[in-house]
Amino acid sequence: MTHTQKRIIVNNIVMMLSTLSAIIGIGFLFWILGVLILNGVDALSWNIFSQEGAPPGYEESGLKHALIGQLMIVGVATFFGVPLGILAGTYLSEYGQQSKLAETIRDISDIMMSAPSIVIGAFVYAVVVAPMGHFSGWAGSIALTIIMLPIILRTTDDMLQLVPSTLREAAFALGAPKYKVIMQVVYRGAKAGILTGILLGVARVAGETAPLLFTSFNDNFLNTNMNEPMASLTVTMFNYATSPYEDWQKLGWAAAFILSMFILGLNILGRLFLLKKRGK
Amino acid sequence: MATIAEILEEKTLEVKDFEFTYASAEQASIKKLTMPIAKHSITALIGPSGCGKTTLLRSFNRMHDLYPGNKYDGEILFKGRNILQEKEDLINLRIQIGMIFQKPTAFPMSIFDNVAYGMRLQGMKNKSELSDRVEKALKDAAIWKEVKDRLKHDANGLSGGQQQRLCIARAIAVEPEVLLFDEPTSALDPISTSGIEELIVELKERVSIIIVTHNMQQAARVSDYTGFMYLGELIELGKTEDMFVTPREKLTEEYITGKFG
Repeated sequence: MTHTQKRIIVNNIVMMLSTLSAIIGIGFLFWILGVLILNGVDALSWNIFSQEGAPPGYEESGLKHALIGQLMIVGVATFFGVPLGILAGTYLSEYGQQSKLAETIRDISDIMMSAPSIVIGAFVYAVVVAPMGHFSGWAGSIALTIIMLPIILRTTDDMLQLVPSTLREAAFALGAPKYKVIMQVVYRGAKAGILTGILLGVARVAGETAPLLFTSFNDNFLNTNMNEPMASLTVTMFNYATSPYEDWQKLGWAAAFILSMFILGLNILGRLFLLKKRGK
Repeated sequence: MATIAEILEEKTLEVKDFEFTYASAEQASIKKLTMPIAKHSITALIGPSGCGKTTLLRSFNRMHDLYPGNKYDGEILFKGRNILQEKEDLINLRIQIGMIFQKPTAFPMSIFDNVAYGMRLQGMKNKSELSDRVEKALKDAAIWKEVKDRLKHDANGLSGGQQQRLCIARAIAVEPEVLLFDEPTSALDPISTSGIEELIVELKERVSIIIVTHNMQQAARVSDYTGFMYLGELIELGKTEDMFVTPREKLTEEYITGKFG
Protein backbone atom coordinates (compact mmCIF):
# COMPACT_ATOMS: atom_id res chain seq x y z
CA MET A 1 0.00 0.00 0.00
CA THR A 2 1.42 3.34 -1.01
CA HIS A 3 1.55 6.32 1.24
CA THR A 4 -1.12 8.11 -0.79
CA GLN A 5 -3.55 5.17 -0.55
CA LYS A 6 -3.06 5.08 3.21
CA ARG A 7 -3.82 8.77 3.46
CA ILE A 8 -7.00 8.41 1.43
CA ILE A 9 -8.19 5.55 3.67
CA VAL A 10 -7.46 7.45 6.89
CA ASN A 11 -9.18 10.46 5.41
CA ASN A 12 -12.29 8.46 4.63
CA ILE A 13 -12.39 6.88 8.10
CA VAL A 14 -12.15 10.26 9.82
CA MET A 15 -14.84 11.69 7.57
CA MET A 16 -17.14 8.73 8.25
CA LEU A 17 -16.65 8.95 12.00
CA SER A 18 -17.35 12.67 12.16
CA THR A 19 -20.38 12.38 9.85
CA LEU A 20 -21.74 9.56 11.98
CA SER A 21 -21.29 11.58 15.19
CA ALA A 22 -23.04 14.54 13.64
CA ILE A 23 -25.94 12.34 12.53
CA ILE A 24 -26.26 10.83 16.02
CA GLY A 25 -26.30 14.28 17.61
CA ILE A 26 -28.82 15.76 15.21
CA GLY A 27 -30.78 12.50 15.32
CA PHE A 28 -31.44 12.88 19.03
CA LEU A 29 -32.53 16.49 18.54
CA PHE A 30 -35.05 15.53 15.87
CA TRP A 31 -36.17 12.52 17.91
CA ILE A 32 -36.95 14.81 20.84
CA LEU A 33 -38.72 17.32 18.63
CA GLY A 34 -40.61 14.54 16.84
CA VAL A 35 -41.92 12.91 20.03
CA LEU A 36 -42.76 16.36 21.38
CA ILE A 37 -44.69 17.39 18.28
CA LEU A 38 -46.52 14.05 17.98
CA ASN A 39 -47.67 14.03 21.59
CA GLY A 40 -47.95 17.79 21.97
CA VAL A 41 -50.06 18.51 18.90
CA ASP A 42 -52.27 15.57 19.87
CA ALA A 43 -52.83 17.12 23.32
CA LEU A 44 -53.56 20.60 21.97
CA SER A 45 -57.12 21.86 22.07
CA TRP A 46 -58.88 25.15 22.63
CA ASN A 47 -59.41 24.15 26.25
CA ILE A 48 -55.67 24.30 26.81
CA PHE A 49 -55.76 28.08 26.35
CA SER A 50 -59.16 28.82 27.85
CA GLN A 51 -59.39 26.56 30.90
CA GLU A 52 -57.55 26.47 34.20
CA GLY A 53 -56.30 23.41 36.01
CA ALA A 54 -58.82 20.87 37.23
CA PRO A 55 -58.76 17.61 39.15
CA PRO A 56 -57.99 14.56 37.05
CA GLY A 57 -60.98 13.23 35.14
CA TYR A 58 -62.54 16.62 34.35
CA GLU A 59 -63.08 17.33 30.66
CA GLU A 60 -62.63 21.06 31.01
CA SER A 61 -59.06 21.40 32.12
CA GLY A 62 -56.34 23.49 30.54
CA LEU A 63 -53.14 25.43 30.99
CA LYS A 64 -54.44 29.01 31.00
CA HIS A 65 -53.22 29.51 34.58
CA ALA A 66 -49.75 28.21 33.74
CA LEU A 67 -49.45 30.19 30.49
CA ILE A 68 -50.40 33.46 32.17
CA GLY A 69 -48.26 32.71 35.21
CA GLN A 70 -45.29 31.87 33.00
CA LEU A 71 -45.68 35.07 30.97
CA MET A 72 -45.94 37.17 34.13
CA ILE A 73 -42.96 35.60 35.90
CA VAL A 74 -40.74 35.74 32.79
CA GLY A 75 -42.10 39.17 31.83
CA VAL A 76 -41.25 40.71 35.20
CA ALA A 77 -37.83 39.03 35.16
CA THR A 78 -37.22 40.50 31.69
CA PHE A 79 -38.45 43.91 32.80
CA PHE A 80 -35.80 44.03 35.53
CA GLY A 81 -33.11 41.84 33.99
CA VAL A 82 -32.80 43.59 30.62
CA PRO A 83 -32.13 47.17 31.78
CA LEU A 84 -29.89 45.95 34.61
CA GLY A 85 -27.96 43.70 32.25
CA ILE A 86 -27.58 46.35 29.56
CA LEU A 87 -26.49 49.03 32.02
CA ALA A 88 -24.03 46.69 33.71
CA GLY A 89 -22.66 45.62 30.32
CA THR A 90 -22.35 49.29 29.39
CA TYR A 91 -20.38 49.93 32.54
CA LEU A 92 -17.98 47.09 31.74
CA SER A 93 -17.40 48.07 28.13
CA GLU A 94 -17.51 51.87 28.29
CA TYR A 95 -16.44 52.85 31.81
CA GLY A 96 -14.74 49.93 33.58
CA GLN A 97 -12.94 48.73 30.44
CA GLN A 98 -9.89 46.69 31.45
CA SER A 99 -9.87 47.85 35.07
CA LYS A 100 -9.52 45.33 37.91
CA LEU A 101 -13.12 45.88 39.02
CA ALA A 102 -14.49 45.31 35.51
CA GLU A 103 -12.41 42.18 34.99
CA THR A 104 -13.58 40.81 38.34
CA ILE A 105 -17.23 41.44 37.41
CA ARG A 106 -16.64 39.66 34.09
CA ASP A 107 -15.12 36.63 35.85
CA ILE A 108 -17.91 36.45 38.40
CA SER A 109 -20.64 36.69 35.82
CA ASP A 110 -18.97 33.97 33.76
CA ILE A 111 -19.07 31.76 36.84
CA MET A 112 -22.69 32.78 37.49
CA MET A 113 -23.61 31.73 33.97
CA SER A 114 -22.59 28.16 34.67
CA ALA A 115 -23.98 28.06 38.21
CA PRO A 116 -26.65 25.33 38.57
CA SER A 117 -29.99 27.09 38.46
CA ILE A 118 -31.27 25.09 41.40
CA VAL A 119 -28.63 26.77 43.56
CA ILE A 120 -29.98 30.17 42.51
CA GLY A 121 -33.46 28.89 43.43
CA ALA A 122 -32.24 27.82 46.86
CA PHE A 123 -30.57 31.20 47.33
CA VAL A 124 -33.75 33.11 46.54
CA TYR A 125 -35.67 30.73 48.79
CA ALA A 126 -33.32 31.63 51.63
CA VAL A 127 -33.28 35.42 51.13
CA VAL A 128 -36.80 36.08 49.79
CA VAL A 129 -39.22 33.19 50.33
CA ALA A 130 -38.17 32.28 53.89
CA PRO A 131 -38.30 35.85 55.31
CA MET A 132 -41.62 36.53 53.52
CA GLY A 133 -43.01 33.30 54.82
CA HIS A 134 -44.58 32.17 51.55
CA PHE A 135 -43.86 31.36 47.91
CA SER A 136 -44.61 34.12 45.42
CA GLY A 137 -44.44 35.11 41.77
CA TRP A 138 -42.04 37.90 42.77
CA ALA A 139 -39.60 35.36 44.20
CA GLY A 140 -39.78 33.41 40.93
CA SER A 141 -39.07 36.54 38.91
CA ILE A 142 -36.14 37.44 41.15
CA ALA A 143 -34.60 33.99 40.64
CA LEU A 144 -35.02 34.27 36.86
CA THR A 145 -33.61 37.82 36.85
CA ILE A 146 -30.49 36.56 38.62
CA ILE A 147 -30.08 33.80 36.02
CA MET A 148 -30.71 36.16 33.11
CA LEU A 149 -28.47 38.98 34.31
CA PRO A 150 -25.03 37.53 33.54
CA ILE A 151 -26.13 36.43 30.05
CA ILE A 152 -27.36 39.87 29.04
CA LEU A 153 -24.49 41.61 30.82
CA ARG A 154 -21.83 39.61 29.01
CA THR A 155 -23.43 39.78 25.56
CA THR A 156 -23.92 43.53 25.93
CA ASP A 157 -20.31 43.91 27.05
CA ASP A 158 -19.03 41.81 24.11
CA MET A 159 -21.23 43.50 21.54
CA LEU A 160 -20.33 47.01 22.70
CA GLN A 161 -16.65 46.14 22.56
CA LEU A 162 -17.10 45.07 18.95
CA VAL A 163 -18.10 48.64 18.04
CA PRO A 164 -14.89 50.14 16.63
CA SER A 165 -13.29 52.68 18.96
CA THR A 166 -12.82 55.04 16.02
CA LEU A 167 -16.60 55.42 15.90
CA ARG A 168 -16.56 56.60 19.52
CA GLU A 169 -13.63 58.90 18.82
CA ALA A 170 -15.45 60.40 15.83
CA ALA A 171 -18.43 61.25 18.02
CA PHE A 172 -16.19 62.72 20.73
CA ALA A 173 -14.37 64.71 18.04
CA LEU A 174 -17.66 66.41 17.17
CA GLY A 175 -17.96 67.57 20.76
CA ALA A 176 -20.34 64.91 22.06
CA PRO A 177 -20.43 64.23 25.80
CA LYS A 178 -19.79 60.62 26.79
CA TYR A 179 -23.37 59.63 27.58
CA LYS A 180 -24.49 60.83 24.15
CA VAL A 181 -21.67 58.94 22.46
CA ILE A 182 -22.88 55.77 24.18
CA MET A 183 -26.61 56.28 23.71
CA GLN A 184 -26.60 57.68 20.18
CA VAL A 185 -23.65 56.00 18.50
CA VAL A 186 -22.37 52.95 20.39
CA TYR A 187 -25.80 51.47 21.17
CA ARG A 188 -26.88 51.89 17.55
CA GLY A 189 -23.78 50.11 16.36
CA ALA A 190 -24.43 47.18 18.68
CA LYS A 191 -28.23 47.10 18.38
CA ALA A 192 -28.61 43.71 16.69
CA GLY A 193 -26.14 42.02 19.02
CA ILE A 194 -27.73 43.38 22.19
CA LEU A 195 -31.17 42.33 20.98
CA THR A 196 -29.85 38.83 20.37
CA GLY A 197 -28.45 38.74 23.89
CA ILE A 198 -31.83 39.72 25.31
CA LEU A 199 -33.66 37.05 23.31
CA LEU A 200 -31.19 34.34 24.28
CA GLY A 201 -31.38 35.44 27.91
CA VAL A 202 -35.17 35.28 27.92
CA ALA A 203 -35.11 31.92 26.12
CA ARG A 204 -32.70 30.57 28.71
CA VAL A 205 -34.84 31.47 31.74
CA ALA A 206 -38.16 30.56 30.10
CA GLY A 207 -37.18 26.91 30.33
CA GLU A 208 -36.10 26.96 33.97
CA THR A 209 -37.95 24.69 36.41
CA ALA A 210 -35.73 24.11 39.42
CA PRO A 211 -35.48 27.74 40.58
CA LEU A 212 -39.25 28.16 40.27
CA LEU A 213 -39.95 25.08 42.42
CA PHE A 214 -38.21 26.94 45.25
CA THR A 215 -39.75 30.32 44.63
CA SER A 216 -43.03 30.75 42.75
CA PHE A 217 -43.96 27.15 43.49
CA ASN A 218 -47.26 26.36 41.79
CA ASP A 219 -50.98 27.00 41.72
CA ASN A 220 -53.54 24.86 39.95
CA PHE A 221 -55.75 27.87 39.27
CA LEU A 222 -55.34 31.25 37.67
CA ASN A 223 -53.63 33.76 39.89
CA THR A 224 -52.38 37.14 38.72
CA ASN A 225 -51.19 38.37 42.10
CA MET A 226 -47.38 38.34 42.00
CA ASN A 227 -47.36 38.24 45.78
CA GLU A 228 -48.78 34.72 45.87
CA PRO A 229 -47.63 31.33 44.62
CA MET A 230 -47.99 31.20 40.88
CA ALA A 231 -48.24 28.56 38.19
CA SER A 232 -45.68 28.28 35.45
CA LEU A 233 -45.50 26.06 32.39
CA THR A 234 -42.36 24.32 33.56
CA VAL A 235 -43.48 23.45 37.09
CA THR A 236 -46.97 22.51 35.82
CA MET A 237 -45.38 20.29 33.23
CA PHE A 238 -43.25 18.64 35.91
CA ASN A 239 -46.28 18.02 38.14
CA TYR A 240 -48.58 16.79 35.39
CA ALA A 241 -46.04 14.63 33.64
CA THR A 242 -45.10 12.83 36.86
CA SER A 243 -48.71 12.27 37.86
CA PRO A 244 -50.38 8.88 37.33
CA TYR A 245 -53.42 10.34 35.51
CA GLU A 246 -53.50 10.07 31.76
CA ASP A 247 -55.35 13.33 31.10
CA TRP A 248 -52.86 15.22 33.26
CA GLN A 249 -50.00 13.62 31.40
CA LYS A 250 -51.55 14.84 28.17
CA LEU A 251 -51.63 18.37 29.57
CA GLY A 252 -47.97 17.91 30.45
CA TRP A 253 -47.19 17.12 26.81
CA ALA A 254 -49.10 20.21 25.70
CA ALA A 255 -47.12 22.35 28.15
CA ALA A 256 -43.85 20.85 26.91
CA PHE A 257 -44.82 21.51 23.31
CA ILE A 258 -45.88 25.13 23.84
CA LEU A 259 -42.78 25.89 25.90
CA SER A 260 -40.42 24.31 23.39
CA MET A 261 -41.96 26.16 20.46
CA PHE A 262 -41.71 29.44 22.38
CA ILE A 263 -38.04 28.90 23.20
CA LEU A 264 -37.26 27.60 19.70
CA GLY A 265 -38.92 30.71 18.28
CA LEU A 266 -36.86 33.03 20.50
CA ASN A 267 -33.65 31.25 19.53
CA ILE A 268 -34.40 31.42 15.82
CA LEU A 269 -35.32 35.08 16.13
CA GLY A 270 -32.08 35.79 17.99
CA ARG A 271 -30.03 34.08 15.31
CA LEU A 272 -31.86 35.94 12.55
CA PHE A 273 -30.89 39.26 14.14
CA LEU A 274 -27.25 38.21 14.19
CA LEU A 275 -27.39 36.98 10.59
CA LYS A 276 -28.94 40.25 9.50
CA LYS A 277 -26.15 42.11 11.25
CA ARG A 278 -23.42 40.03 9.62
CA GLY A 279 -25.05 40.25 6.23
CA LYS A 280 -24.81 44.02 6.27
CA MET B 1 17.05 72.50 17.46
CA ALA B 2 14.51 72.41 14.76
CA THR B 3 14.83 74.54 11.67
CA ILE B 4 11.61 76.53 11.51
CA ALA B 5 10.95 78.86 8.62
CA GLU B 6 9.31 82.13 9.48
CA ILE B 7 5.56 82.13 9.07
CA LEU B 8 4.27 85.49 7.95
CA GLU B 9 0.55 84.75 8.15
CA GLU B 10 -1.52 84.91 11.26
CA LYS B 11 -1.20 81.75 13.32
CA THR B 12 -4.12 79.57 14.38
CA LEU B 13 -2.25 77.30 16.74
CA GLU B 14 1.11 77.63 18.43
CA VAL B 15 2.82 74.65 19.98
CA LYS B 16 5.39 75.62 22.60
CA ASP B 17 7.81 73.24 24.32
CA PHE B 18 5.15 70.57 24.03
CA GLU B 19 5.76 67.14 25.48
CA PHE B 20 3.48 64.14 25.44
CA THR B 21 3.82 60.85 27.32
CA TYR B 22 1.53 57.86 26.85
CA ALA B 23 0.25 56.15 29.99
CA SER B 24 2.08 52.93 29.15
CA ALA B 25 5.36 54.57 28.10
CA GLU B 26 8.34 55.59 30.18
CA GLN B 27 9.67 58.10 27.70
CA ALA B 28 7.89 61.03 26.17
CA SER B 29 6.62 60.32 22.65
CA ILE B 30 6.92 64.00 21.76
CA LYS B 31 9.84 65.97 23.13
CA LYS B 32 10.05 69.76 23.55
CA LEU B 33 8.26 70.44 20.33
CA THR B 34 7.70 74.01 19.19
CA MET B 35 5.73 74.66 16.04
CA PRO B 36 3.56 77.48 14.68
CA ILE B 37 0.54 76.59 12.50
CA ALA B 38 -0.55 79.16 9.92
CA LYS B 39 -4.17 80.20 9.64
CA HIS B 40 -6.18 79.37 6.49
CA SER B 41 -3.48 77.18 5.10
CA ILE B 42 -2.67 73.51 5.01
CA THR B 43 0.12 72.19 7.16
CA ALA B 44 1.25 68.63 6.45
CA LEU B 45 2.99 66.51 9.07
CA ILE B 46 5.29 63.89 7.59
CA GLY B 47 7.79 61.45 9.04
CA PRO B 48 8.40 57.74 9.45
CA SER B 49 6.01 55.52 11.47
CA GLY B 50 6.27 56.15 15.18
CA CYS B 51 7.70 59.65 14.78
CA GLY B 52 4.82 61.15 16.77
CA LYS B 53 2.94 62.97 14.02
CA THR B 54 -0.43 61.35 14.79
CA THR B 55 0.22 61.74 18.51
CA LEU B 56 0.76 65.46 17.95
CA LEU B 57 -2.37 65.73 15.79
CA ARG B 58 -4.51 64.03 18.43
CA SER B 59 -3.23 66.49 21.03
CA PHE B 60 -4.81 69.46 19.24
CA ASN B 61 -8.32 68.24 20.11
CA ARG B 62 -7.24 66.47 23.30
CA MET B 63 -8.24 63.06 21.90
CA HIS B 64 -5.72 61.46 24.26
CA ASP B 65 -7.97 62.38 27.17
CA LEU B 66 -10.30 59.52 26.21
CA TYR B 67 -7.76 57.07 27.57
CA PRO B 68 -6.57 57.39 31.14
CA GLY B 69 -3.04 58.17 32.23
CA ASN B 70 -1.73 60.12 29.22
CA LYS B 71 0.25 63.22 30.09
CA TYR B 72 0.67 66.58 28.35
CA ASP B 73 3.36 69.17 29.13
CA GLY B 74 4.14 72.57 27.71
CA GLU B 75 1.63 74.67 25.79
CA ILE B 76 -0.59 74.58 22.77
CA LEU B 77 -2.01 78.06 22.26
CA PHE B 78 -5.34 78.49 20.53
CA LYS B 79 -7.02 81.90 20.55
CA GLY B 80 -4.58 83.08 23.15
CA ARG B 81 -5.21 80.38 25.70
CA ASN B 82 -3.38 77.16 26.51
CA ILE B 83 -5.75 74.34 25.55
CA LEU B 84 -3.77 71.85 27.62
CA GLN B 85 -5.04 73.33 30.87
CA GLU B 86 -7.06 71.07 33.14
CA LYS B 87 -10.07 73.35 33.05
CA GLU B 88 -10.26 73.51 29.26
CA ASP B 89 -13.82 72.76 28.09
CA LEU B 90 -13.15 69.78 25.80
CA ILE B 91 -16.62 69.75 24.27
CA ASN B 92 -16.23 73.35 23.21
CA LEU B 93 -12.66 72.76 22.02
CA ARG B 94 -13.68 69.82 19.84
CA ILE B 95 -16.49 71.82 18.27
CA GLN B 96 -13.88 74.37 17.15
CA ILE B 97 -11.21 71.85 16.21
CA GLY B 98 -12.72 69.00 14.17
CA MET B 99 -11.13 65.75 13.10
CA ILE B 100 -11.26 63.34 10.17
CA PHE B 101 -9.98 59.83 10.79
CA GLN B 102 -7.96 57.33 8.83
CA LYS B 103 -10.90 55.01 8.27
CA PRO B 104 -14.27 56.57 7.45
CA THR B 105 -16.38 56.77 10.60
CA ALA B 106 -19.95 57.03 9.36
CA PHE B 107 -22.30 56.57 12.29
CA PRO B 108 -24.88 53.77 12.05
CA MET B 109 -27.69 56.16 11.12
CA SER B 110 -29.01 57.88 8.01
CA ILE B 111 -26.89 60.14 5.80
CA PHE B 112 -28.91 63.16 6.93
CA ASP B 113 -28.61 62.29 10.62
CA ASN B 114 -24.86 61.83 10.24
CA VAL B 115 -24.36 65.34 8.92
CA ALA B 116 -26.88 66.82 11.35
CA TYR B 117 -25.27 65.07 14.31
CA GLY B 118 -22.86 67.82 15.36
CA MET B 119 -25.45 70.58 14.89
CA ARG B 120 -28.02 68.68 16.93
CA LEU B 121 -25.42 68.23 19.66
CA GLN B 122 -25.27 72.00 19.83
CA GLY B 123 -29.01 72.11 20.30
CA MET B 124 -30.14 73.10 16.81
CA LYS B 125 -33.70 71.84 16.40
CA ASN B 126 -35.21 74.01 13.67
CA LYS B 127 -35.93 71.57 10.85
CA SER B 128 -35.58 73.87 7.88
CA GLU B 129 -32.40 75.41 9.23
CA LEU B 130 -30.99 71.93 9.85
CA SER B 131 -31.79 70.70 6.38
CA ASP B 132 -30.38 73.87 4.80
CA ARG B 133 -27.13 73.42 6.62
CA VAL B 134 -26.97 69.69 5.92
CA GLU B 135 -27.41 70.46 2.22
CA LYS B 136 -24.74 73.15 2.31
CA ALA B 137 -22.28 70.90 4.13
CA LEU B 138 -22.88 68.05 1.68
CA LYS B 139 -22.39 70.46 -1.24
CA ASP B 140 -19.20 71.82 0.27
CA ALA B 141 -17.97 68.26 0.69
CA ALA B 142 -18.74 67.56 -2.99
CA ILE B 143 -21.06 64.66 -2.27
CA TRP B 144 -24.49 66.32 -2.51
CA LYS B 145 -25.23 65.11 -6.06
CA GLU B 146 -24.56 61.50 -5.12
CA VAL B 147 -26.69 61.42 -1.99
CA LYS B 148 -29.42 64.02 -2.41
CA ASP B 149 -32.02 61.38 -3.33
CA ARG B 150 -31.20 59.05 -0.48
CA LEU B 151 -30.61 61.24 2.54
CA LYS B 152 -32.75 58.89 4.63
CA HIS B 153 -30.68 55.83 3.71
CA ASP B 154 -28.19 54.18 6.03
CA ALA B 155 -24.80 55.89 5.68
CA ASN B 156 -23.02 52.56 5.83
CA GLY B 157 -24.36 51.77 2.36
CA LEU B 158 -22.02 54.38 0.85
CA SER B 159 -18.62 53.53 -0.63
CA GLY B 160 -15.45 54.22 1.36
CA GLY B 161 -14.68 57.42 -0.53
CA GLN B 162 -18.26 58.65 -0.18
CA GLN B 163 -18.23 57.85 3.53
CA GLN B 164 -15.05 59.83 3.98
CA ARG B 165 -16.59 62.84 2.22
CA LEU B 166 -19.69 62.38 4.38
CA CYS B 167 -17.43 62.55 7.44
CA ILE B 168 -15.90 65.76 6.09
CA ALA B 169 -19.40 67.16 5.54
CA ARG B 170 -20.27 66.22 9.12
CA ALA B 171 -17.15 67.93 10.43
CA ILE B 172 -17.54 71.17 8.44
CA ALA B 173 -21.28 71.40 9.17
CA VAL B 174 -20.46 72.72 12.65
CA GLU B 175 -18.12 75.33 11.11
CA PRO B 176 -14.92 74.56 12.99
CA GLU B 177 -11.88 76.83 12.78
CA VAL B 178 -9.38 74.03 12.47
CA LEU B 179 -9.72 70.60 10.85
CA LEU B 180 -7.34 67.78 11.70
CA PHE B 181 -6.91 65.05 9.08
CA ASP B 182 -5.34 61.80 10.25
CA GLU B 183 -4.17 60.03 7.06
CA PRO B 184 -7.60 60.60 5.53
CA THR B 185 -6.94 58.75 2.28
CA SER B 186 -4.88 55.76 3.38
CA ALA B 187 -7.93 53.49 3.23
CA LEU B 188 -9.14 54.81 -0.13
CA ASP B 189 -8.57 54.05 -3.81
CA PRO B 190 -6.66 56.55 -6.02
CA ILE B 191 -9.76 58.21 -7.51
CA SER B 192 -11.39 58.76 -4.13
CA THR B 193 -8.02 59.98 -2.86
CA SER B 194 -7.71 62.71 -5.48
CA GLY B 195 -11.32 63.73 -4.76
CA ILE B 196 -10.54 64.13 -1.07
CA GLU B 197 -7.32 66.02 -1.85
CA GLU B 198 -9.16 68.54 -4.05
CA LEU B 199 -11.69 68.98 -1.31
CA ILE B 200 -9.03 69.64 1.31
CA VAL B 201 -7.47 72.34 -0.87
CA GLU B 202 -10.86 74.02 -1.34
CA LEU B 203 -11.61 73.92 2.37
CA LYS B 204 -8.61 76.01 3.38
CA GLU B 205 -10.49 79.17 2.39
CA ARG B 206 -12.55 78.68 5.52
CA VAL B 207 -10.62 76.47 7.91
CA SER B 208 -7.05 75.94 8.90
CA ILE B 209 -5.97 72.41 8.12
CA ILE B 210 -3.40 70.08 9.60
CA ILE B 211 -2.94 66.79 7.80
CA VAL B 212 -0.90 63.79 8.82
CA THR B 213 0.18 61.71 5.85
CA HIS B 214 2.47 58.83 5.05
CA ASN B 215 2.39 59.81 1.44
CA MET B 216 4.97 62.46 0.60
CA GLN B 217 3.47 63.14 -2.82
CA GLN B 218 0.24 63.93 -1.05
CA ALA B 219 1.97 66.37 1.27
CA ALA B 220 3.64 68.00 -1.74
CA ARG B 221 0.35 68.19 -3.66
CA VAL B 222 -1.92 69.68 -1.04
CA SER B 223 0.02 71.49 1.65
CA ASP B 224 1.35 75.01 2.03
CA TYR B 225 3.63 74.14 4.91
CA THR B 226 5.26 70.85 5.77
CA GLY B 227 6.64 69.74 9.08
CA PHE B 228 9.02 66.82 9.16
CA MET B 229 9.06 64.88 12.43
CA TYR B 230 11.49 62.24 13.57
CA LEU B 231 11.65 60.35 16.89
CA GLY B 232 9.20 62.69 18.59
CA GLU B 233 10.89 65.89 17.48
CA LEU B 234 10.18 68.43 14.82
CA ILE B 235 13.21 68.44 12.57
CA GLU B 236 12.13 71.03 10.05
CA LEU B 237 9.14 73.17 9.24
CA GLY B 238 8.94 75.22 6.09
CA LYS B 239 7.01 76.19 3.01
CA THR B 240 6.21 72.96 1.22
CA GLU B 241 7.88 73.98 -2.06
CA ASP B 242 11.09 74.84 -0.22
CA MET B 243 11.04 71.71 1.91
CA PHE B 244 10.77 69.35 -1.01
CA VAL B 245 13.22 71.19 -3.27
CA THR B 246 15.83 72.52 -0.89
CA PRO B 247 15.48 70.96 2.54
CA ARG B 248 17.74 72.63 5.06
CA GLU B 249 18.22 69.65 7.35
CA LYS B 250 20.14 66.58 6.26
CA LEU B 251 17.58 64.25 7.91
CA THR B 252 14.73 65.85 5.98
CA GLU B 253 16.58 65.40 2.75
CA GLU B 254 17.30 61.75 3.50
CA TYR B 255 13.67 61.09 4.35
CA ILE B 256 12.14 62.77 1.33
CA THR B 257 14.61 61.14 -1.01
CA GLY B 258 13.61 57.78 0.44
CA LYS B 259 16.88 56.91 2.16
CA PHE B 260 14.95 55.79 5.25
CA GLY B 261 11.41 55.70 6.59
